[in-house]
Amino acid sequence: MSGKTLISEGSEWTFPLLEAYDREIARIAHEEFRLDTYQNQIEVITAEQMMDAYSSVGMPIGYHHWSFGKHFVSTEKHYRRGQMGLAYEIVINSDPCIAYLMEENTMTMQALVIAHACYGHNSFFKGNYLFRTWTSADSIIDYLVFARKYIEKCEERYGVDAVEELLDSCHALMNHGVDRYKRPAPLTMAEEQARQRSREEYLQSQINDLWRTVPTRSDEHSTAEAQRFPSEPQENLLYFVEKNAPLLEPWQREIVRIVRKIGQYFYPQRQTQVMNEGWATFWHYTLLNRLYEKGMVSDGFMIEFLQSHTNVVFQPDFDSPYYSGINPYALGFAMMSDLRRICEAPTDEDRHWFPEFAGGDWIKVLDFAMRNFKDESFVAQYLSPKLIRDLRLFAVLDDDREDTLEIAAIHDERGYRRVRQALADQYNLGSREPNIQVWNVDRRGDRSLTLRHTVYSRRPLAAGPTYEVLKHLHRLWGFTVRLEAVDETGKVSAVNEVRKA
Amino acid sequence: MSHLIDRRLNGKNRSAVNRQRFLRRFKDQLKRAVADAMAGRSITDVESGEKVSIPTRDLSEPVFGHGPGGRREAIHPGNKEFNAGDRVQRPRGGGGGGGGGKQASKDGEGEDDFIFELSREEFLDLFFEDLALPDLVKTQLAKIPEWKSVRAGFTSAGIPSNINVVRSLKGALARRTAIGAPYRGKLRELERQLEEVIAREGEHSPAAEALREEMRKLRIRIEAIPFIDSFDLRYNNRIRQPKPSTQAVMFCLMDVSGSMDQQRKDLAKRFFTLLYLFLTRNYEHIEVVFIRHHTVAKEVDEKEFFYSRETGGTVVSSALALMADIVEERYPTSDWNIYAAQASDGDNWQDDSPNCREILTTRILPAVQYFAYVEITPERHQSLWTEYEIVKQQFKHFAMQELGGAEDIYPVFRELFKRRMV
Repeated sequence: MSGKTLISEGSEWTFPLLEAYDREIARIAHEEFRLDTYQNQIEVITAEQMMDAYSSVGMPIGYHHWSFGKHFVSTEKHYRRGQMGLAYEIVINSDPCIAYLMEENTMTMQALVIAHACYGHNSFFKGNYLFRTWTSADSIIDYLVFARKYIEKCEERYGVDAVEELLDSCHALMNHGVDRYKRPAPLTMAEEQARQRSREEYLQSQINDLWRTVPTRSDEHSTAEAQRFPSEPQENLLYFVEKNAPLLEPWQREIVRIVRKIGQYFYPQRQTQVMNEGWATFWHYTLLNRLYEKGMVSDGFMIEFLQSHTNVVFQPDFDSPYYSGINPYALGFAMMSDLRRICEAPTDEDRHWFPEFAGGDWIKVLDFAMRNFKDESFVAQYLSPKLIRDLRLFAVLDDDREDTLEIAAIHDERGYRRVRQALADQYNLGSREPNIQVWNVDRRGDRSLTLRHTVYSRRPLAAGPTYEVLKHLHRLWGFTVRLEAVDETGKVSAVNEVRKA
Repeated sequence: MSHLIDRRLNGKNRSAVNRQRFLRRFKDQLKRAVADAMAGRSITDVESGEKVSIPTRDLSEPVFGHGPGGRREAIHPGNKEFNAGDRVQRPRGGGGGGGGGKQASKDGEGEDDFIFELSREEFLDLFFEDLALPDLVKTQLAKIPEWKSVRAGFTSAGIPSNINVVRSLKGALARRTAIGAPYRGKLRELERQLEEVIAREGEHSPAAEALREEMRKLRIRIEAIPFIDSFDLRYNNRIRQPKPSTQAVMFCLMDVSGSMDQQRKDLAKRFFTLLYLFLTRNYEHIEVVFIRHHTVAKEVDEKEFFYSRETGGTVVSSALALMADIVEERYPTSDWNIYAAQASDGDNWQDDSPNCREILTTRILPAVQYFAYVEITPERHQSLWTEYEIVKQQFKHFAMQELGGAEDIYPVFRELFKRRMV
C-alpha cells in the first residue's frame, strides 16, 4: 500500500479491512518501534459472546462454577440497562495471543483495539518479567482445557455439589496460592495428565506418613514437640493445603492445585494493572497517530479515535462525583508519555531527577521500564515531579487514632518523594492484601491449623469475610482452624477460630 | 501476520451452564422471589420473565481483606486548596479512606440487592417446580391408539420388502459352508486316493475311473447346495410401541350467573390461565373449550367467556352435560388428554346438585385426566360443595379447593396439582 492513501473511509469494517489495518499497524509496531510480540490471533465475536468471555474472568476456556454465572448475570444486566458499555477488547495472555473484537464496533474502534490489544498488551505479556516468570503463555490454553475436563470428570464421579463446595473454598483462598519467590515450572497438558496420576498416589502416601499415628519413642517425642510444622511459615496457603491437608481425597487435591495454578496465572495481572494498561494505551495512541501522520487514516477516523481515547484516560478529581480512585489507564498512560517526554525534551528538573536516561532513546527507555518493573516499582522509579504537579497529587494520612485526616504531602518540592512513595505503596500487593501465613499445625494433638496475620500499619482484617474464609479453609483442612494476629511489636493475639464440628 | 477468525457463529451461550449453576445454587431464594412476584401481579403476565433479587450478602465470595481502621496513606488527584500539614474532617461515608484497602469502584453497589432478570422459561421452571401433571401418563396404555414403529432386530418371517439383504446373504454363506464341508472333505480324500491309484496302477485303470466317477458325483452334489434358501432369509423386524399422546384439551367451566361478580371472574381467569400455562409445558398442542352457564350452558369464545355478564339462577349440571356432549362428539379419549377446570361461587339450584354428581361420576370423570374444581367464595359452602365431596371420595383425579383471594391462587394451584405418589 502506498504511503498517501487512506486504508478506509467509512465506519463499516470488513475482514479485508481488518487485515489491512492489522498489516499496517504491525509494520509500524515491529519496524519503527521494535515491539516484540507473540503471534496474534484476532477473533471477531458478538456482544453476547463478549459477555461470556467477560464473566469467565478472561479465561478463554473455563470450568463451570456458579460465580462465573453470577458475573455473567450482572454483566448482562448492566449492559442491557445501558449502564455500561462493554469493554471493547479482551486479550488473553497466551501464545498465540488471542484478542477479541466485538462485531458491533466501528472500523475505528477495531483499529484502536488491534493497536491496543494485539500490539500493546501482547508485547507487554511477552516482555514483562512478572509474566515471563509466572505464566507460560504457550501452555495456558492446554492447561485450561485439562482443568476443565478434569473438573467435569470429577463432577460426574463425585457430584456437582461436592465439586462446587470445594471450588468455593479454593476460590476464597485463590489470592493466597502463590509462592512469590519461586518460579513455577512450565506445564503442558500432556505432561500434566501424565504426572497427575502418579502425583495422586505419591501425595496420598506422603500424607499418611505425615499423620502416622504409630507412637514414636518418648525421647524423640520431646524434641519433636519443640519443632513447629511447617518449620518455616508458609505464605502459599493453597499449596500447603494441597500437600498437607489430612482428609482430602486425591481428586480434591488436584482441584486445589488447578485453582492454585489459575490463581498464579492471574497473579502478574494483579500487579501490573497501571503498567499494562498504560503501556497498551500509550501504544494505541502512538501507533494510530503514526498512521495518521503517514496519511493512512482520515480526520474523521482520528476524531472518533481521540474521543474514545480521551474517555479512557479521563481522571476525575478527588472531589468529583465520578471519582472512584486513580484510573490505572490515566496514570499509566500519563507516566508512559511522560517517560517519552523526559527522553525527547528533558528539562533541568528531569536531568536532576532522572540523570541516567533523561535525553536518551525513548524506545529503549520505555522498553526497559516495561520489561523490568511492576506497578509498585514502576511508580517508585519513574513518577516525575512534573507529573505529580500535572495531576495535582496529594497524600492524605488517615490514622484511626486521630480525629482528623492529615494532608501529609502535596505537589511541592518537599512532597514529591513522599507522594511518590505513598503512591507506589498503594500498588504494593504486600500492603494491599493482608499478609497471612501458615504458622503451625498441631501434628500430635488435635491437628489444628494455626494461621498468622502479620498486621501492617495496624490495619485489621475485615471481620465478616475473614470468618467466612476461615470456614472455607476449615472445610479443606478438616480440623480446627485458627487465626492469630501479630502486631508490630510482636505481640500475638487470637483473632478467630473455626472448630471441628 | 496475524490470524483472523470469525467466531460469531459458534459457541453462543458459553456461559449458559454457569448461569444454570448460579440459578441452581440460589434456587431457594429464587423460588421465594418468584412466589412473591406471582402474588403481586396478574397471572396473565406470566408470558414475560421476571426481575428477581437476592440479598448481596448471600452471594458474596469472601476473601481475606483489610477492614477499616489502622493507619493508611492514600494518594488522590486534583488537589486544589490543600497544603502539607493541613488537617481536614473525615468525609462521611468513608470516601477518603479507601487508599490501602478495597477500591470503591466495583464494589460500589455495596449493600443493594443483586437484581437480575429471569427468562420466561427459567421463571416458569421455578414456578412449576415439583408440580407435575396428575397422572400424566395415560392410565391404561392399551387405550392409546397411537403407535410408532421402531426397529427391533431381525426375524425369519416377513414380507419381501423387509428382507435384509446383507444379513440374509451372510446366513446363506454360513449355511453353504456348513453343509458343503463333509462333501469337500470326502472330495479331498478321493483326490488323495486317486493320486495313489494312478501312481500304482496307471492313468486309465478301472480303479481310477471309478474314483473319478465318484468325484464327479460329489461335485454335482456340492454344486447342488442352493446359493440361497428360504431358510436363509432374514427380515428387518419392526415393532410398534405405544406413543404417548401429546395433545390435550382443556375445558374451562364457569358460572356467570349474577352472583359471580367481576372480581370473582378475575380470580377464575387467573386460575384458568395458570392451568393453561401449566399444560403448555407438558403438551405440544392444546385446545381450550370455554363453557359458561347460568341456567343454561353455552360454548363461547374466550372474550365472551370472561367479559359478558348474565343474570338469573344457576344450574351447574347444564354445563357438565354440555361438556360431556362435547367430549363425546369432538374429543375421543383415545386421541386427547382431557383436563377440566370448573370455577363457581358454589351457588346452585338446590335440586340440581345431585344431578351434577351423577353426570360427573358417570360421564365425565371416566374420560378426563383431571378435573379441578375451585370455589370462589368467602361464605359458607352450599349443596354443590357437599355433593362434590362425595365425588372426591370416589375419584383420585378429582380435586376441589376453595379460593379466597388473589394471593390464594398459587397455593391452591400447588395443592391441586401436588406431585402425587402413584
